[in-house]
Amino acid sequence: MAQMNMVQAINSALDVMLGRDPRVVVFGEDVGYFGGVFRCTDGLQRKYGEHRVLDTPIAEGGIVAAAIGMGVNGLRPVAEIQFADYIYPAFDQIVSELARLRYRTAGDYSAPVTIRTPCGGGIRGGQTHSQSPEGVFTHVCGIKVVMPSNPYDAKGLLISSIEDEDPVVFFEPKRIYNGPFDGDPHKPAVPWSTHPKGEVPEGHYAIPIGKAEIVRPGKDVTILTYGTMVHVAEAAVQLAGVDAEIVDVRTMVPLDVDTLCTSVCKTGRCVIAHEATRFSGFGAELSATVQEECFWHLEAPIQRVTGWDTPYPHAFEWDYFPGPARIAAALRGVMEAR
Amino acid sequence: MTQSRLHVPHPPARPGEKPDFSYLEIPPAGREPRPDTLAPALEIERLGTGMVRVLDEQGHAVGAWNPHLEPEDLQVALRHMLLTRHFDERMQRMQRQGRISFYMKSTGEEAVAVAQAMALEPGDMLFPSYRTQGLFIVRGKSLVDLMCQCLSNTRDMCRGRQMPIMYHWAEGNIFSISGNLATQFPQAVGWAMAAAIKGEDRIAATWIGEGSSAEADFHHAMTFAAVYQAPVILNVVNNQWAISSFQGFAGGERRTFAQRGPGYGIPGVRVDGNDFLAVYAVTRWAAERARASGGPTLIEHVTYRAAAHSTSDDPSRYRPKEEWQAWPLGDPITRLKNHLIALGEWSEERHAALEKELEAHVTACWKEAVTYGTLTEGPTLDPVSMFEDVFHDMPPHLKRQREELRRLLAAQHAAAAAQVPDGEG
Repeated sequence: MAQMNMVQAINSALDVMLGRDPRVVVFGEDVGYFGGVFRCTDGLQRKYGEHRVLDTPIAEGGIVAAAIGMGVNGLRPVAEIQFADYIYPAFDQIVSELARLRYRTAGDYSAPVTIRTPCGGGIRGGQTHSQSPEGVFTHVCGIKVVMPSNPYDAKGLLISSIEDEDPVVFFEPKRIYNGPFDGDPHKPAVPWSTHPKGEVPEGHYAIPIGKAEIVRPGKDVTILTYGTMVHVAEAAVQLAGVDAEIVDVRTMVPLDVDTLCTSVCKTGRCVIAHEATRFSGFGAELSATVQEECFWHLEAPIQRVTGWDTPYPHAFEWDYFPGPARIAAALRGVMEAR
Repeated sequence: MTQSRLHVPHPPARPGEKPDFSYLEIPPAGREPRPDTLAPALEIERLGTGMVRVLDEQGHAVGAWNPHLEPEDLQVALRHMLLTRHFDERMQRMQRQGRISFYMKSTGEEAVAVAQAMALEPGDMLFPSYRTQGLFIVRGKSLVDLMCQCLSNTRDMCRGRQMPIMYHWAEGNIFSISGNLATQFPQAVGWAMAAAIKGEDRIAATWIGEGSSAEADFHHAMTFAAVYQAPVILNVVNNQWAISSFQGFAGGERRTFAQRGPGYGIPGVRVDGNDFLAVYAVTRWAAERARASGGPTLIEHVTYRAAAHSTSDDPSRYRPKEEWQAWPLGDPITRLKNHLIALGEWSEERHAALEKELEAHVTACWKEAVTYGTLTEGPTLDPVSMFEDVFHDMPPHLKRQREELRRLLAAQHAAAAAQVPDGEG
């Protein structure tokens, strides 16, 4: 086992797959010679050559379209969109083309494309470098949506995404690239070497897409969350002093309804936390699913803790961010409800 | 005081006015020189403003671009174009009779798809758009298969998931047609990049209309193709009309569409799209260039959309009815026919006999196609199949929804069966 942060784990996943499978190609803005603005592809072009690891023009629509064409021609493209905030020029190619190619050709054509993209705030990125648009993509039929919360999962899930026959949008919460973040920006940064999930095997391993993970067992209340918010939820549990079960959703599509709802049926209470905005956010789908599957076990109304329904404001980042205090308040709220 | 004003383009003629194609400068056949296939893009800019033409007014093939095809090949080409036209006529009629929901004819543009498919190798990958049904016909897809797609019946290659004409053919190396225009343009470039990455000698070709060249996908395709020198042929079929918008609304008033090529460092070649020989020759030139690592070529095919945009469109509301008759580049089928007659390799009698044969063939294909069902009668696809192919393996939520639909359908069948009076069941 090696110690890796999330950037190194992602780099290791790409390295493993480039080495194992000659069909894998990696490309995006600044990913080649420079190794990516977040360093996720550092050293890969030197190792695998510029036919396998390519810089691209600044054209997200072109990047995804090219990935589709390459996928149709038998490659396994891994495209990087530099920030999730920049993904919208590629929206038509993702939604109308990539997601539906297998369907519209009755299985005759498909493109196993992985789109990696850093998401989330807490890095002074303002409204164009902080978004969490995962919910938008969960509404599209035909793509899988994944967001890891730690280096170990990031590597295993990225390898699964590249090996998957279906297109995957792989969100990387950039606030936790270098260490787990509990939601308090005033505390000193904590490296991944302090966290058990910073232990990452060097070689190939896969974490199945479509499986959630219980990261903290508990009996009083279930917190459904993912990405950076998994660590914020852990801090909130300490703050609230409740015995909460934290479920890291990990894959939004397909959703592991069994793991999520078994937990809620056991605890009878549910708080949903994500960084993305609330209205029509993925939490709404989680809430509806829990209501449908667990209604007769619920002791209290489900609560959602999310980013406010505003763009991500540069100057008020920590008033916007759904930190531990807000989650803790929700936990107390559902515990008090009768 | 000066005040800025918008220039809102107007076509030269609207309904009731005299057709006017004076905006098109048409050089005599044989005028354009044929440069070396690896000539630098900026040294052959002239190809974007002139027009490659081979067939002259007397039906003779002239000039450096004459591909010198054998008469047998020209007869095959004529057959493909005529078959495309008869197929289109039949499907249009079937739409009018309510047998299919929608159709798009390629009338007047048949030379583009037929000549290009014949000029390319069978392994080359084609990323088609609307009005390129000739690609399927040249590569040998059976008309029955195309008809079954339009019928959304039990033999539909798309399993009832696509509107008519959104064909694809994996074995024939023809990609799926998208209703979201222009998306295939940069995809073809990606395919071509992959061919080069894999070290193959296959190339890609793709088509869009002049109207959808306004989409960002066009720019993405041109940029990626130029940057990586991808082995791809990028075709803009300028048929003058995008539904009701004439080519000026896509930016065709001041520059030709081919002229956009050199701006990206890509050769732009403008060709008489109704001249089979010219389209064939230009395509061979571009294919040789691509295969020799010379990079992409942009080809503008100057042609005319003789029919309505689709069966849902009425062009008499926005353009003169007589425009097609006034179109200065004529009918591609008539022009190739006259060429063959001028060569002494064809006659009106043989032409009439071929038309009759093809019409009978189309009729027989239609009769077979409807035996596999139509939208309203005959065998039908199982609606629960709609849940397949969303993903490679069906995830649990789709399995649950499939079961829900299955139960609903069973209840409907049971209710329908219960309504049949005794003695008639």
